[in-house]
Amino acid sequence: MNQVKKLLSIFTLVVILPISSLVFAGASDDPLLFMINIDRLEKRNGDEDPVVLEAEAWAGYDLHKLWIKTDVERIEGENEGVELQLLYSKAISPFWNLELGARHDFKPEPERNWGVIGFHGVAPYYFEIDTALFIGESGSSAWRFAAEYEFMLTQRWVLISELELNFYGKTDEQTKVGSGLANTELGLRLAYEFRREFAPYIGVSWENKYGKTADFAKDEGESTSDTQFVVGIHVWF
Amino acid sequence: MKPIITPIASLTQTSFSRRRFVTGFSAGSLALGLGVNSSLSFGSTPIRSSPKILKGNQFDLSIGYQKVNFTGRERTATTVNGSLPAPVLRWKEGERVTLRVKNNLAHDSSIHWHGMILPSNMDGVPGLSFDGIKPGDTYEYQFDVNQSGTYWYHSHSGFQEQTGVYGAIVIDPKNSDPVDYDRDHVVVLSDWTDEVPERIYAKLKKRSHYYNFRERTVGDLARDIKEKGVKATWRDRQMWNNMRMSESDIADVTGYTYTFLMNGMTPEDGWRALFNKGESVRLRFVNAAAMTIFDVRIPGLKMTVVASDGQNIEPVSVDEFRIGVAETYDVVVEPSTENAYTIFAQSIDRSGYTRGVLTPDPRWDAEIPPMDYVPTLVHRDMGMAHGGHSQDVNAHSVDHSQHAAMNHTIDHSRHGGMDHSQMHSGTSPIDHSKMDHSMNHGGLQLGKAGFGTNSEIEHAKTEYGPHVDMRAEMMQNGINDPGIGLRDHQQRYGRKVLTYADIRNLTPNLDTREPEREIQLHLTGNMNRYMWSMNGIKFADAEPLQLKYGERVRIVLVNDTMMTHPVHLHGVWTEVETNEPNYIPRKHTVMVHPGSSISYLVTADAKGKWAYHCHLLYHMPGMMREVWIS
Repeated sequence: MNQVKKLLSIFTLVVILPISSLVFAGASDDPLLFMINIDRLEKRNGDEDPVVLEAEAWAGYDLHKLWIKTDVERIEGENEGVELQLLYSKAISPFWNLELGARHDFKPEPERNWGVIGFHGVAPYYFEIDTALFIGESGSSAWRFAAEYEFMLTQRWVLISELELNFYGKTDEQTKVGSGLANTELGLRLAYEFRREFAPYIGVSWENKYGKTADFAKDEGESTSDTQFVVGIHVWF
Repeated sequence: MKPIITPIASLTQTSFSRRRFVTGFSAGSLALGLGVNSSLSFGSTPIRSSPKILKGNQFDLSIGYQKVNFTGRERTATTVNGSLPAPVLRWKEGERVTLRVKNNLAHDSSIHWHGMILPSNMDGVPGLSFDGIKPGDTYEYQFDVNQSGTYWYHSHSGFQEQTGVYGAIVIDPKNSDPVDYDRDHVVVLSDWTDEVPERIYAKLKKRSHYYNFRERTVGDLARDIKEKGVKATWRDRQMWNNMRMSESDIADVTGYTYTFLMNGMTPEDGWRALFNKGESVRLRFVNAAAMTIFDVRIPGLKMTVVASDGQNIEPVSVDEFRIGVAETYDVVVEPSTENAYTIFAQSIDRSGYTRGVLTPDPRWDAEIPPMDYVPTLVHRDMGMAHGGHSQDVNAHSVDHSQHAAMNHTIDHSRHGGMDHSQMHSGTSPIDHSKMDHSMNHGGLQLGKAGFGTNSEIEHAKTEYGPHVDMRAEMMQNGINDPGIGLRDHQQRYGRKVLTYADIRNLTPNLDTREPEREIQLHLTGNMNRYMWSMNGIKFADAEPLQLKYGERVRIVLVNDTMMTHPVHLHGVWTEVETNEPNYIPRKHTVMVHPGSSISYLVTADAKGKWAYHCHLLYHMPGMMREVWIS
């Protein structure tokens, strides 16, 4: 976890310090802003007491931002999966940003490093897309595609549907992923926006493993398909 | 220390005393404010008054902090002389006024005299006219008042307009007033928020629809499908879904955070304006809001509009008018019965309203009408040709597709400089080819003065990129358009709504020359990223717009966004081309509807550096230009 601390201290320097002097800077059209978005912090049902955190933070300007994205999965109080990305994002079209940077997987072990080329934006019909190609050491590669669509039921009740797909270029025996489509996650969450910045939700998440990845899971005695009920909060500021 | 407003005993049964205004104000100011024997005062009845009126030609104004409470929570406003709105300044045409403005804030400040024709170093724009007023410093403004009518003043620093630095200016004419009235009232409309303006701006950058609680829901979709069928609904939704824009995006900042004020009073309190039966009452409306365009009416009374942006116009009788941020309108009403009337000002998106009571008796209240239906944008507002019948509303709309077919010889080589205009040094001698998309078609081909441009609408290369999300393909002429949400008020409610086409200057044009050239300026932005610009170039990167001293030029504003932008040119008049060649109205702020264009003439008769910008406070930092007249 030393690396996490190091990254966090970089983040503090980059993000927190400049904004403290910025608040009353006046009417600059493109002030340095920062945002922390806990997209989801949720408890899932199951004997192993799973907790999932997906969060991101950025500091930057209209067209250029520095991002930190993290995915953490805890099972029985232990970090099962911990992933951290540090990205530079540049706006390339009205609705799309190119993201370049690095990803480090702290868990599962052994730790893995990846280079990241991604696109993040809003597609026609308001699909929010976050997709990235990851280039790992010794020729490994991965591709992730995440799409989200929000159904506004009312001005406060929002049904959020999400699909995530993970592909790998080659099998990694140590981290237990197989080449090709490894897993999918389909989520449906019903949120109530008490404020724009604060929305608790309940929902359901359906996870599936495929191919070699499924085989690895079976070998470990794990299931290859999981349906979990979730309860969590979405907070940003 | 007492609040400025002393609740009247007979009114305490109502909610009037529930909300306070400017708290911690000296008790004497009430007496002072009303003691001035002016036609703006209310006689001896102590009522919820307008701000204090300062008369004469020497003024001491002090910008400072003031505790206020408009929502039940105490907040700190920035005010002039402790008053929100600032005191009314009443001047006399032909006099020289001296205004010593002391800045008691911890930040730089300034005062801009909005609509005043004056030397550029008196215009009060930090960085252009002067350096601004440093904390603790005093700046002495001095200029000759060569005009009359209703104007206003406000800070041009930071977001201080949002937090209270604004007030009205009334200038009595040197000669007899062409407007006949028995008494007048200033009506300052504004929007108050408990939030810090910088926070609002940051929120809009993070989530541009943060304040919009009229978003399209699944229920709306179901209703559409039920009414129109799946196919038609799919077709209707296609443009919005492809553009990734919201048809309900009428106002960026809404009643969700705003409390709309009339003369510094909430709608609950209801500002009182007195009249005696049979009197002609002149109401001097000033829209001093940061972000809110208002639609104004007085149910039961016809309003005769007699002045627009301070300038006398041929009286025109209406039931309703839209007042853009920074515009002023003077109307005369003649209540013939002993009744109380509601002065009703609803925000353009109908997320809230403010109101006052025009009444012979301050204890009376009047019925508050419901707000009108919530407007949504249609295809024409997005500059799209395929909008069903809706784009035919304007009979006079300029059909640019026809002009394209007329084989205009546009010399594109002259535009050579526009794509990289920001790379040129601004100090070079005037070279029109380097200006923002300046179009020199040669005098012969320009539209006649008063009738607007007949040139093609062209999008500069700088309009393409991540900072601009829309370019209108099909332009409407905004002159005849009452604007979003008002277009069917005649049919629906039988209300005559003012349009710019109705405005005819009272006196003939002072400058009868034809324009020598045209400058086309596109209002551009990216709603989702909350970025604003002109011709796709934001203020920080833009070259000044250079005008030759004395020249007569036409500026064509083209709105390539989905918002209504009130655009203000400092220093010189904007003469709006309403198809009336001899009585062209003179304005200082002109609303440009979404997907529309507006042409106006400018006589560059004031040397100096002037600001030119959208007056929506959170658009202004980006959607702004310097104009250099030399």
